[in-house]
Amino acid sequence: MRSRIYRNPVGVSKFTGLVLILPFIIGAVLFIIYPFVYSFTVGLTDNNGGMSFENYRNILSDSSSRQAFGVTLKYTLILVPLKLAVSLLVALLLNCELKGIGIFRTAFYIPSILGSNLAVIIMWQYLFTSDGLVNQLLSTMGIAPVGWYGDPDAALFIIVLLRLWEFGSTMVIFLAALRDMPKELYDAAKVDGCGNIRTFFSITLPQLKRIIFINLILQTIAAMQEFNAPYMITGGGPLGNTRTIGMYIYEEMFRYGDEGTANAVSWLLFVIIGLIVMLLYKFTEKLRRD
Amino acid sequence: MRKLLLYFVLGAVGIVMLYPMLWLVGASFKSNDEIFTTIWFMPKSFDTHVYKNAWDTVTPYTMGHYFINTFLIIIPKTVFAVLSSVIVAYGFARFDFPLKKFFSALLICGMLMPSIVTVLPLYRMWSCLGLLDTYIPLTLPSLFACEGMFVFILIQFLKRVPKEFDEAARMDGCGTLRTLFLVLIPCIRPAVISIAVFTFLWTMNDFLSPLIMIQSVEKYPLSLALRLSVDSTGQGYEQRKIIAMSVIGLIPSVAVFALAQKKFISGITAGGLSE
Repeated sequence: MRSRIYRNPVGVSKFTGLVLILPFIIGAVLFIIYPFVYSFTVGLTDNNGGMSFENYRNILSDSSSRQAFGVTLKYTLILVPLKLAVSLLVALLLNCELKGIGIFRTAFYIPSILGSNLAVIIMWQYLFTSDGLVNQLLSTMGIAPVGWYGDPDAALFIIVLLRLWEFGSTMVIFLAALRDMPKELYDAAKVDGCGNIRTFFSITLPQLKRIIFINLILQTIAAMQEFNAPYMITGGGPLGNTRTIGMYIYEEMFRYGDEGTANAVSWLLFVIIGLIVMLLYKFTEKLRRD
Repeated sequence: MRKLLLYFVLGAVGIVMLYPMLWLVGASFKSNDEIFTTIWFMPKSFDTHVYKNAWDTVTPYTMGHYFINTFLIIIPKTVFAVLSSVIVAYGFARFDFPLKKFFSALLICGMLMPSIVTVLPLYRMWSCLGLLDTYIPLTLPSLFACEGMFVFILIQFLKRVPKEFDEAARMDGCGTLRTLFLVLIPCIRPAVISIAVFTFLWTMNDFLSPLIMIQSVEKYPLSLALRLSVDSTGQGYEQRKIIAMSVIGLIPSVAVFALAQKKFISGITAGGLSE
Protein backbone atom coordinates (compact mmCIF):
# COMPACT_ATOMS: atom_id res chain seq x y z
CA MET A 1 0.00 0.00 0.00
CA ARG A 2 1.22 3.44 -0.88
CA SER A 3 1.94 5.46 2.19
CA ARG A 4 -0.23 8.51 2.59
CA ILE A 5 1.02 11.95 3.45
CA TYR A 6 -0.71 13.46 6.45
CA ARG A 7 -1.08 17.19 6.26
CA ASN A 8 -0.62 18.29 9.82
CA PRO A 9 1.22 21.22 11.40
CA VAL A 10 4.95 20.66 11.98
CA GLY A 11 5.61 18.48 14.97
CA VAL A 12 2.12 17.00 15.09
CA SER A 13 1.93 13.24 14.70
CA LYS A 14 -0.66 11.58 12.50
CA PHE A 15 -2.08 10.02 15.63
CA THR A 16 -2.91 13.28 17.40
CA GLY A 17 -6.22 13.52 15.54
CA LEU A 18 -7.04 9.90 16.33
CA VAL A 19 -6.42 10.48 20.02
CA LEU A 20 -8.72 13.51 19.96
CA ILE A 21 -11.56 11.61 18.34
CA LEU A 22 -11.00 8.61 20.61
CA PRO A 23 -14.15 9.36 22.64
CA PHE A 24 -16.18 9.20 19.45
CA ILE A 25 -14.55 5.93 18.38
CA ILE A 26 -15.34 4.30 21.73
CA GLY A 27 -18.85 5.79 21.66
CA ALA A 28 -19.49 4.55 18.15
CA VAL A 29 -18.47 1.02 19.09
CA LEU A 30 -20.46 0.95 22.35
CA PHE A 31 -23.55 2.88 21.34
CA ILE A 32 -23.90 2.40 17.58
CA ILE A 33 -22.07 -0.70 16.30
CA TYR A 34 -22.61 -2.99 19.27
CA PRO A 35 -26.38 -2.32 19.61
CA PHE A 36 -26.73 -2.68 15.87
CA VAL A 37 -25.10 -6.10 15.76
CA TYR A 38 -26.76 -7.21 18.96
CA SER A 39 -30.30 -6.46 17.86
CA PHE A 40 -29.59 -8.22 14.58
CA THR A 41 -28.56 -11.44 16.31
CA VAL A 42 -31.38 -11.30 18.87
CA GLY A 43 -33.84 -10.75 16.04
CA LEU A 44 -32.57 -13.89 14.37
CA THR A 45 -32.78 -16.04 17.48
CA ASP A 46 -35.92 -18.14 17.86
CA ASN A 47 -37.54 -19.35 21.06
CA ASN A 48 -35.31 -22.42 21.26
CA GLY A 49 -32.15 -20.38 20.93
CA GLY A 50 -31.47 -21.45 17.34
CA MET A 51 -30.94 -19.20 14.36
CA SER A 52 -33.97 -18.71 12.18
CA PHE A 53 -36.16 -16.18 10.50
CA GLU A 54 -39.04 -17.13 12.78
CA ASN A 55 -39.34 -13.66 14.31
CA TYR A 56 -39.41 -12.02 10.92
CA ARG A 57 -41.99 -14.49 9.66
CA ASN A 58 -44.13 -13.78 12.70
CA ILE A 59 -43.92 -10.05 12.14
CA LEU A 60 -44.96 -10.32 8.53
CA SER A 61 -47.92 -12.54 9.31
CA ASP A 62 -49.03 -10.57 12.38
CA SER A 63 -51.75 -8.08 11.57
CA SER A 64 -50.91 -5.67 14.41
CA SER A 65 -47.31 -5.23 13.27
CA ARG A 66 -48.41 -4.70 9.71
CA GLN A 67 -50.89 -2.14 10.98
CA ALA A 68 -48.09 -0.40 12.90
CA PHE A 69 -45.92 -0.18 9.79
CA GLY A 70 -48.91 1.15 7.84
CA VAL A 71 -49.72 3.78 10.48
CA THR A 72 -46.10 4.94 10.64
CA LEU A 73 -45.84 5.23 6.88
CA LYS A 74 -49.13 7.12 6.60
CA TYR A 75 -48.13 9.45 9.42
CA THR A 76 -44.75 10.16 7.81
CA LEU A 77 -46.28 10.75 4.38
CA ILE A 78 -48.78 13.26 5.79
CA LEU A 79 -46.52 15.05 8.24
CA VAL A 80 -43.21 15.50 6.43
CA PRO A 81 -44.41 17.28 3.25
CA LEU A 82 -46.78 19.46 5.28
CA LYS A 83 -44.08 20.42 7.75
CA LEU A 84 -41.51 21.23 5.06
CA ALA A 85 -44.03 23.34 3.12
CA VAL A 86 -45.17 25.29 6.17
CA SER A 87 -41.65 25.90 7.45
CA LEU A 88 -40.42 27.06 4.05
CA LEU A 89 -43.41 29.36 3.60
CA VAL A 90 -42.99 30.92 7.04
CA ALA A 91 -39.22 31.23 6.55
CA LEU A 92 -39.91 33.19 3.34
CA LEU A 93 -42.28 35.49 5.22
CA LEU A 94 -39.76 36.00 8.01
CA ASN A 95 -36.89 36.69 5.63
CA CYS A 96 -37.58 40.38 5.30
CA GLU A 97 -36.55 43.61 6.93
CA LEU A 98 -39.51 44.55 9.04
CA LYS A 99 -39.74 46.19 12.40
CA GLY A 100 -40.17 43.66 15.19
CA ILE A 101 -39.52 40.67 12.93
CA GLY A 102 -37.23 39.22 15.59
CA ILE A 103 -40.17 38.81 17.94
CA PHE A 104 -42.02 36.73 15.37
CA ARG A 105 -38.94 34.61 14.73
CA THR A 106 -38.68 33.80 18.43
CA ALA A 107 -42.41 33.22 18.81
CA PHE A 108 -42.52 30.76 15.94
CA TYR A 109 -39.47 28.97 17.24
CA ILE A 110 -40.64 28.42 20.83
CA PRO A 111 -43.08 25.52 20.20
CA SER A 112 -40.35 23.50 18.53
CA ILE A 113 -38.18 23.48 21.62
CA LEU A 114 -40.95 23.02 24.17
CA GLY A 115 -43.20 20.87 22.01
CA SER A 116 -41.60 17.57 22.89
CA ASN A 117 -41.74 18.35 26.58
CA LEU A 118 -44.13 16.00 28.26
CA ALA A 119 -45.99 18.94 29.79
CA VAL A 120 -46.84 20.27 26.35
CA ILE A 121 -47.83 16.82 25.10
CA ILE A 122 -50.24 16.52 28.04
CA MET A 123 -51.60 19.97 27.19
CA TRP A 124 -52.13 18.85 23.61
CA GLN A 125 -54.14 15.91 24.86
CA TYR A 126 -56.43 18.23 26.83
CA LEU A 127 -56.88 20.56 23.84
CA PHE A 128 -58.59 17.81 21.86
CA THR A 129 -60.92 16.29 24.46
CA SER A 130 -64.65 16.29 23.67
CA ASP A 131 -65.16 19.63 25.46
CA GLY A 132 -61.58 20.84 24.97
CA LEU A 133 -60.43 24.12 23.49
CA VAL A 134 -60.42 22.93 19.87
CA ASN A 135 -63.99 21.68 19.94
CA GLN A 136 -65.12 24.83 21.76
CA LEU A 137 -63.48 26.86 19.03
CA LEU A 138 -65.17 24.79 16.33
CA SER A 139 -68.57 25.21 17.92
CA THR A 140 -68.22 29.01 18.13
CA MET A 141 -67.53 28.90 14.40
CA GLY A 142 -70.68 26.84 13.95
CA ILE A 143 -68.90 23.59 13.19
CA ALA A 144 -70.05 20.41 14.93
CA PRO A 145 -67.55 19.14 17.52
CA VAL A 146 -65.30 16.31 16.43
CA GLY A 147 -64.82 13.11 18.41
CA TRP A 148 -61.06 13.35 18.01
CA TYR A 149 -60.10 10.23 19.92
CA GLY A 150 -62.79 7.98 18.46
CA ASP A 151 -62.01 8.48 14.81
CA PRO A 152 -58.86 6.79 13.40
CA ASP A 153 -57.96 9.61 11.02
CA ALA A 154 -58.78 12.41 13.46
CA ALA A 155 -56.70 10.75 16.18
CA LEU A 156 -53.68 10.49 13.89
CA PHE A 157 -54.27 14.09 12.87
CA ILE A 158 -53.94 15.25 16.50
CA ILE A 159 -50.37 13.98 16.47
CA VAL A 160 -49.68 15.38 13.01
CA LEU A 161 -50.89 18.77 14.25
CA LEU A 162 -48.65 18.64 17.32
CA ARG A 163 -45.56 17.94 15.24
CA LEU A 164 -46.61 20.46 12.59
CA TRP A 165 -46.95 23.06 15.32
CA GLU A 166 -43.26 22.43 16.04
CA PHE A 167 -42.15 23.50 12.58
CA GLY A 168 -39.74 26.07 14.11
CA SER A 169 -36.62 23.89 14.07
CA THR A 170 -36.99 23.19 10.35
CA MET A 171 -37.89 26.81 9.68
CA VAL A 172 -34.72 28.11 11.37
CA ILE A 173 -32.58 25.99 9.04
CA PHE A 174 -34.43 27.37 5.99
CA LEU A 175 -34.15 30.90 7.32
CA ALA A 176 -30.38 30.57 7.78
CA ALA A 177 -30.05 29.34 4.19
CA LEU A 178 -32.22 32.16 2.87
CA ARG A 179 -30.10 34.75 4.62
CA ASP A 180 -26.91 33.28 3.16
CA MET A 181 -28.18 33.72 -0.38
CA PRO A 182 -26.36 36.27 -2.51
CA LYS A 183 -28.36 39.49 -2.82
CA GLU A 184 -27.07 40.09 -6.37
CA LEU A 185 -29.19 37.27 -7.73
CA TYR A 186 -32.34 38.95 -6.50
CA ASP A 187 -31.31 42.33 -7.82
CA ALA A 188 -30.66 40.75 -11.21
CA ALA A 189 -34.07 39.09 -11.15
CA LYS A 190 -35.70 42.41 -10.35
CA VAL A 191 -33.92 44.11 -13.24
CA ASP A 192 -35.10 41.35 -15.54
CA GLY A 193 -38.64 42.02 -14.41
CA CYS A 194 -39.27 38.78 -12.54
CA GLY A 195 -42.35 38.72 -10.35
CA ASN A 196 -42.25 37.38 -6.80
CA ILE A 197 -43.52 33.96 -7.77
CA ARG A 198 -41.13 33.58 -10.66
CA THR A 199 -38.22 34.73 -8.52
CA PHE A 200 -39.14 32.07 -5.97
CA PHE A 201 -39.29 29.24 -8.49
CA SER A 202 -36.33 30.17 -10.62
CA ILE A 203 -33.95 31.57 -8.00
CA THR A 204 -34.86 30.76 -4.41
CA LEU A 205 -35.99 27.16 -4.83
CA PRO A 206 -32.98 25.96 -6.87
CA GLN A 207 -30.65 27.52 -4.29
CA LEU A 208 -32.43 25.72 -1.48
CA LYS A 209 -32.30 22.21 -2.97
CA ARG A 210 -29.60 20.89 -0.65
CA ILE A 211 -31.23 22.30 2.45
CA ILE A 212 -34.62 20.94 1.48
CA PHE A 213 -33.00 17.54 1.07
CA ILE A 214 -31.32 17.69 4.49
CA ASN A 215 -34.57 18.72 6.16
CA LEU A 216 -36.45 16.02 4.30
CA ILE A 217 -34.08 13.32 5.56
CA LEU A 218 -33.99 14.59 9.16
CA GLN A 219 -37.77 14.95 9.37
CA THR A 220 -38.41 11.56 7.78
CA ILE A 221 -36.16 9.81 10.27
CA ALA A 222 -37.78 11.66 13.17
CA ALA A 223 -41.30 10.85 11.96
CA MET A 224 -40.55 7.16 11.37
CA GLN A 225 -39.58 6.70 15.03
CA GLU A 226 -42.39 8.72 16.63
CA PHE A 227 -43.10 7.42 20.10
CA ASN A 228 -43.80 10.06 22.78
CA ALA A 229 -46.86 11.69 21.26
CA PRO A 230 -48.95 8.62 20.41
CA TYR A 231 -47.86 6.94 23.65
CA MET A 232 -49.09 9.85 25.78
CA ILE A 233 -51.90 11.37 23.72
CA THR A 234 -53.83 8.53 22.10
CA GLY A 235 -52.24 5.46 23.68
CA GLY A 236 -52.17 4.03 20.16
CA GLY A 237 -55.96 4.05 19.92
CA PRO A 238 -58.58 3.84 18.56
CA LEU A 239 -57.98 0.15 17.82
CA GLY A 240 -54.28 0.57 17.11
CA ASN A 241 -54.86 3.20 14.46
CA THR A 242 -52.21 5.50 15.92
CA ARG A 243 -49.87 2.81 17.20
CA THR A 244 -46.58 3.65 15.51
CA ILE A 245 -43.65 1.30 15.08
CA GLY A 246 -41.93 3.02 17.99
CA MET A 247 -44.87 2.18 20.24
CA TYR A 248 -45.09 -1.34 18.85
CA ILE A 249 -41.42 -2.02 19.66
CA TYR A 250 -41.84 -0.61 23.16
CA GLU A 251 -44.93 -2.69 23.87
CA GLU A 252 -43.47 -5.92 22.49
CA MET A 253 -40.39 -5.46 24.66
CA PHE A 254 -41.72 -4.08 27.91
CA ARG A 255 -45.35 -5.15 28.00
CA TYR A 256 -45.19 -8.59 26.41
CA GLY A 257 -41.51 -9.31 27.07
CA ASP A 258 -40.97 -10.54 23.54
CA GLU A 259 -37.39 -9.44 23.04
CA GLY A 260 -36.87 -11.34 19.79
CA THR A 261 -39.80 -9.72 18.03
CA ALA A 262 -38.99 -6.27 19.43
CA ASN A 263 -35.42 -6.44 18.14
CA ALA A 264 -36.46 -7.88 14.81
CA VAL A 265 -38.97 -5.05 14.31
CA SER A 266 -36.45 -2.41 15.28
CA TRP A 267 -34.00 -3.87 12.81
CA LEU A 268 -36.65 -3.92 10.12
CA LEU A 269 -37.38 -0.27 10.90
CA PHE A 270 -33.69 0.53 10.53
CA VAL A 271 -33.55 -1.20 7.16
CA ILE A 272 -36.69 0.59 5.99
CA ILE A 273 -35.36 3.98 7.07
CA GLY A 274 -32.05 3.20 5.35
CA LEU A 275 -33.88 2.24 2.16
CA ILE A 276 -36.03 5.37 2.24
CA VAL A 277 -32.97 7.59 2.76
CA MET A 278 -31.16 5.85 -0.10
CA LEU A 279 -34.18 6.10 -2.39
CA LEU A 280 -34.62 9.78 -1.57
CA TYR A 281 -30.93 10.31 -2.22
CA LYS A 282 -31.04 8.56 -5.60
CA PHE A 283 -34.36 10.07 -6.55
CA THR A 284 -33.27 13.63 -5.83
CA GLU A 285 -29.73 13.27 -7.13
CA LYS A 286 -30.54 14.75 -10.53
CA LEU A 287 -32.76 17.42 -9.02
CA ARG A 288 -30.07 18.48 -6.61
CA ARG A 289 -27.30 18.63 -9.18
CA ASP A 290 -28.69 20.94 -11.84
CA MET B 1 -50.33 48.20 2.58
CA ARG B 2 -48.24 45.11 1.82
CA LYS B 3 -46.45 45.56 5.10
CA LEU B 4 -49.76 45.67 6.92
CA LEU B 5 -50.86 42.45 5.26
CA LEU B 6 -47.59 40.79 6.23
CA TYR B 7 -48.00 41.87 9.84
CA PHE B 8 -51.54 40.52 9.80
CA VAL B 9 -50.48 37.11 8.47
CA LEU B 10 -47.53 36.88 10.87
CA GLY B 11 -49.73 37.93 13.76
CA ALA B 12 -52.31 35.27 12.93
CA VAL B 13 -49.63 32.56 12.77
CA GLY B 14 -48.17 33.91 16.00
CA ILE B 15 -51.51 33.52 17.78
CA VAL B 16 -51.81 29.90 16.65
CA MET B 17 -48.26 29.25 17.84
CA LEU B 18 -48.52 30.82 21.26
CA TYR B 19 -52.18 30.63 22.23
CA PRO B 20 -52.08 27.00 23.41
CA MET B 21 -49.31 27.93 25.84
CA LEU B 22 -51.17 31.00 27.11
CA TRP B 23 -54.24 28.83 27.50
CA LEU B 24 -52.24 26.31 29.53
CA VAL B 25 -51.07 28.97 31.98
CA GLY B 26 -54.54 30.52 32.20
CA ALA B 27 -56.27 27.17 32.62
CA SER B 28 -54.16 26.34 35.66
CA PHE B 29 -55.94 29.14 37.55
CA LYS B 30 -59.43 28.35 36.31
CA SER B 31 -62.11 26.19 37.83
CA ASN B 32 -62.87 23.00 35.93
CA ASP B 33 -66.13 24.44 34.64
CA GLU B 34 -64.36 27.43 33.29
CA ILE B 35 -61.70 25.36 31.52
CA PHE B 36 -64.27 23.58 29.43
CA THR B 37 -66.68 26.42 28.76
CA THR B 38 -64.60 29.43 27.72
CA ILE B 39 -62.06 29.81 24.98
CA TRP B 40 -60.53 32.97 26.41
CA PHE B 41 -57.34 32.17 28.26
CA MET B 42 -57.70 34.75 31.06
CA PRO B 43 -59.22 33.17 34.17
CA LYS B 44 -62.07 35.06 35.92
CA SER B 45 -60.16 34.90 39.16
CA PHE B 46 -56.71 33.70 40.09
CA ASP B 47 -56.99 30.69 42.33
CA THR B 48 -53.38 30.05 43.28
CA HIS B 49 -54.19 27.33 45.75
CA VAL B 50 -53.87 24.73 43.01
CA TYR B 51 -50.16 25.47 42.70
CA LYS B 52 -49.55 24.52 46.31
CA ASN B 53 -51.33 21.25 45.53
CA ALA B 54 -49.45 20.74 42.33
CA TRP B 55 -46.11 21.21 44.09
CA ASP B 56 -46.99 18.35 46.42
CA THR B 57 -47.85 16.13 43.40
CA VAL B 58 -49.82 12.89 43.69
CA THR B 59 -46.70 10.96 44.65
CA PRO B 60 -44.89 10.83 48.02
CA TYR B 61 -42.38 13.41 46.70
CA THR B 62 -42.70 17.10 45.90
CA MET B 63 -41.92 18.66 42.57
CA GLY B 64 -38.74 20.01 44.14
CA HIS B 65 -37.54 16.43 44.53
CA TYR B 66 -38.15 15.73 40.83
CA PHE B 67 -36.45 18.98 39.86
CA ILE B 68 -33.34 17.90 41.75
CA ASN B 69 -33.43 14.49 40.04
CA THR B 70 -33.74 16.14 36.66
CA PHE B 71 -30.79 18.42 37.33
CA LEU B 72 -28.72 15.48 38.57
CA ILE B 73 -29.13 14.13 35.05
CA ILE B 74 -28.92 17.38 33.11
CA ILE B 75 -25.84 18.98 34.65
CA PRO B 76 -23.37 16.11 34.09
CA LYS B 77 -24.92 15.38 30.72
CA THR B 78 -24.49 18.95 29.49
CA VAL B 79 -20.90 19.18 30.71
CA PHE B 80 -20.05 15.78 29.17
CA ALA B 81 -21.74 16.55 25.85
CA VAL B 82 -20.06 19.92 25.41
CA LEU B 83 -16.58 18.69 26.38
CA SER B 84 -16.60 15.55 24.27
CA SER B 85 -18.21 17.15 21.21
CA VAL B 86 -15.73 20.04 21.23
CA ILE B 87 -12.69 17.77 21.49
CA VAL B 88 -13.89 15.37 18.81
CA ALA B 89 -14.90 18.20 16.47
CA TYR B 90 -11.44 19.72 16.98
CA GLY B 91 -9.84 16.43 15.92
CA PHE B 92 -11.96 16.26 12.79
CA ALA B 93 -11.66 19.92 11.84
CA ARG B 94 -7.96 20.50 12.40
CA PHE B 95 -6.04 17.25 12.04
CA ASP B 96 -5.36 14.65 9.43
CA PHE B 97 -5.18 11.05 10.59
CA PRO B 98 -5.50 7.47 9.34
CA LEU B 99 -9.02 6.32 8.42
CA LYS B 100 -10.36 9.87 8.64
CA LYS B 101 -12.80 9.30 5.79
CA PHE B 102 -14.12 6.16 7.43
CA PHE B 103 -14.71 7.90 10.76
CA SER B 104 -16.39 10.87 9.08
CA ALA B 105 -18.77 8.46 7.40
CA LEU B 106 -19.40 6.76 10.74
CA LEU B 107 -20.24 10.14 12.24
CA ILE B 108 -22.91 10.71 9.61
CA CYS B 109 -24.22 7.14 10.00
CA GLY B 110 -24.61 7.79 13.71
CA MET B 111 -26.66 10.88 12.96
CA LEU B 112 -29.00 8.89 10.74
CA MET B 113 -29.33 5.98 13.17
CA PRO B 114 -32.80 5.98 14.71
CA SER B 115 -32.47 5.89 18.49
CA ILE B 116 -35.37 3.46 18.78
CA VAL B 117 -33.17 0.82 17.10
CA THR B 118 -30.36 1.11 19.63
CA VAL B 119 -32.43 1.55 22.75
CA LEU B 120 -33.31 -2.12 23.32
CA PRO B 121 -29.73 -3.48 23.11
CA LEU B 122 -28.56 -0.63 25.34
CA TYR B 123 -31.24 -1.52 27.88
CA ARG B 124 -29.90 -5.09 27.91
CA MET B 125 -26.33 -3.87 28.21
CA TRP B 126 -27.05 -1.62 31.19
CA SER B 127 -29.12 -4.30 32.86
CA CYS B 128 -26.26 -6.83 32.51
CA LEU B 129 -23.93 -4.29 34.09
CA GLY B 130 -26.43 -3.85 36.92
CA LEU B 131 -26.71 -0.14 36.21
CA LEU B 132 -30.43 0.12 35.49
CA ASP B 133 -32.29 2.48 37.76
CA THR B 134 -29.22 4.71 38.08
CA TYR B 135 -28.49 7.88 36.13
CA ILE B 136 -25.41 6.35 34.49
CA PRO B 137 -27.25 5.04 31.37
CA LEU B 138 -28.69 8.53 30.89
CA THR B 139 -25.52 10.58 31.44
CA LEU B 140 -22.46 8.48 30.64
CA PRO B 141 -23.06 8.09 26.87
CA SER B 142 -22.71 11.87 26.51
CA LEU B 143 -19.04 11.52 27.45
CA PHE B 144 -18.48 9.83 24.08
CA ALA B 145 -19.72 12.52 21.69
CA CYS B 146 -22.76 10.45 20.78
CA GLU B 147 -24.73 13.37 19.41
CA GLY B 148 -23.34 13.46 15.87
CA MET B 149 -25.28 16.62 15.10
CA PHE B 150 -23.35 18.58 17.74
CA VAL B 151 -19.97 17.43 16.45
CA PHE B 152 -21.09 18.28 12.96
CA ILE B 153 -22.16 21.83 13.89
CA LEU B 154 -18.90 22.43 15.78
CA ILE B 155 -16.81 21.20 12.85
CA GLN B 156 -18.54 23.75 10.60
CA PHE B 157 -17.83 26.53 13.06
CA LEU B 158 -14.20 25.51 13.65
CA LYS B 159 -13.52 25.46 9.91
CA ARG B 160 -14.40 29.13 9.76
CA VAL B 161 -11.73 30.07 12.28
CA PRO B 162 -8.51 30.91 10.35
CA LYS B 163 -5.71 28.35 10.78
CA GLU B 164 -3.31 31.21 11.49
CA PHE B 165 -4.84 31.40 14.96
CA ASP B 166 -3.62 27.87 15.73
CA GLU B 167 -0.19 28.61 14.33
CA ALA B 168 0.18 31.76 16.38
CA ALA B 169 -0.83 29.87 19.52
CA ARG B 170 1.64 27.12 18.73
CA MET B 171 4.44 29.67 18.29
CA ASP B 172 3.60 31.06 21.68
CA GLY B 173 4.12 27.59 23.08
CA CYS B 174 0.53 26.34 23.41
CA GLY B 175 0.09 22.60 23.11
CA THR B 176 -2.72 20.94 21.20
CA LEU B 177 -5.32 21.09 23.96
CA ARG B 178 -4.34 24.53 25.20
CA THR B 179 -4.79 25.86 21.68
CA LEU B 180 -8.29 24.47 21.66
CA PHE B 181 -9.34 25.78 25.04
CA LEU B 182 -7.57 29.15 25.05
CA VAL B 183 -7.82 30.16 21.41
CA LEU B 184 -10.46 28.24 19.47
CA ILE B 185 -13.30 27.83 21.95
CA PRO B 186 -13.58 31.57 22.59
CA CYS B 187 -13.94 32.00 18.82
CA ILE B 188 -16.86 29.59 18.55
CA ARG B 189 -18.67 30.54 21.74
CA PRO B 190 -22.13 30.88 20.15
CA ALA B 191 -21.94 27.31 18.86
CA VAL B 192 -20.78 25.97 22.21
CA ILE B 193 -23.62 27.76 23.99
CA SER B 194 -26.12 26.43 21.45
CA ILE B 195 -24.98 22.91 22.15
CA ALA B 196 -25.24 23.34 25.91
CA VAL B 197 -28.74 24.81 25.56
CA PHE B 198 -29.84 22.08 23.17
CA THR B 199 -28.60 19.39 25.54
CA PHE B 200 -30.47 21.04 28.39
CA LEU B 201 -33.74 21.36 26.47
CA TRP B 202 -33.57 17.90 24.90
CA THR B 203 -32.87 16.31 28.26
CA MET B 204 -35.81 18.17 29.79
CA ASN B 205 -37.92 16.74 26.96
CA ASP B 206 -36.43 13.26 27.00
CA PHE B 207 -39.01 10.67 27.86
CA LEU B 208 -38.21 7.32 26.28
CA SER B 209 -34.79 6.72 27.87
CA PRO B 210 -35.79 7.52 31.47
CA LEU B 211 -39.00 5.55 30.93
CA ILE B 212 -36.93 2.49 30.09
CA MET B 213 -33.92 2.96 32.37
CA ILE B 214 -35.41 4.34 35.60
CA GLN B 215 -37.81 2.20 37.60
CA SER B 216 -38.16 3.60 41.09
CA VAL B 217 -40.41 6.62 41.57
CA GLU B 218 -37.88 8.11 43.96
CA LYS B 219 -35.44 8.56 41.07
CA TYR B 220 -37.94 9.78 38.48
CA PRO B 221 -37.11 12.92 36.52
CA LEU B 222 -39.87 15.47 35.91
CA SER B 223 -41.18 13.93 32.71
CA LEU B 224 -41.85 10.56 34.32
CA ALA B 225 -43.37 12.20 37.40
CA LEU B 226 -45.79 14.03 35.12
CA ARG B 227 -46.74 10.85 33.35
CA LEU B 228 -47.29 9.08 36.64
CA SER B 229 -49.61 11.86 37.75
CA VAL B 230 -51.62 11.66 34.54
CA ASP B 231 -51.93 7.89 34.89
CA SER B 232 -52.95 7.91 38.50
CA THR B 233 -55.59 10.64 38.35
CA GLY B 234 -58.88 10.54 36.58
CA GLN B 235 -60.99 13.43 35.43
CA GLY B 236 -62.23 16.20 37.68
CA TYR B 237 -60.36 18.45 40.04
CA GLU B 238 -57.06 16.68 39.46
CA GLN B 239 -56.92 17.86 35.87
CA ARG B 240 -56.19 21.40 37.03
CA LYS B 241 -53.47 20.04 39.24
CA ILE B 242 -51.81 18.33 36.30
CA ILE B 243 -52.08 21.50 34.24
CA ALA B 244 -50.42 23.43 37.07
CA MET B 245 -47.71 20.76 37.34
CA SER B 246 -47.12 21.08 33.61
CA VAL B 247 -46.72 24.85 33.93
CA ILE B 248 -44.20 24.43 36.75
CA GLY B 249 -42.39 21.75 34.77
CA LEU B 250 -41.96 24.06 31.80
CA ILE B 251 -40.35 26.88 33.80
CA PRO B 252 -36.71 25.67 33.55
CA SER B 253 -36.89 25.23 29.78
CA VAL B 254 -38.52 28.61 29.27
CA ALA B 255 -36.01 30.28 31.59
CA VAL B 256 -32.98 28.76 29.89
CA PHE B 257 -34.33 29.60 26.47
CA ALA B 258 -35.07 33.18 27.50
CA LEU B 259 -31.61 33.65 29.01
CA ALA B 260 -29.69 32.16 26.11
CA GLN B 261 -32.11 33.16 23.38
CA LYS B 262 -29.98 35.71 21.57
CA LYS B 263 -26.77 33.72 21.47
CA PHE B 264 -28.63 30.49 20.95
CA ILE B 265 -30.55 31.53 17.85
CA SER B 266 -27.49 33.23 16.38
CA GLY B 267 -25.59 30.01 17.03
CA ILE B 268 -27.95 27.95 14.93
CA THR B 269 -28.72 30.51 12.27
CA ALA B 270 -25.09 31.51 11.76
CA GLY B 271 -24.97 28.67 9.32
CA GLY B 272 -23.91 25.70 11.35
CA LEU B 273 -26.31 23.63 9.34
CA SER B 274 -26.43 25.53 6.11
CA GLU B 275 -23.03 24.33 4.95
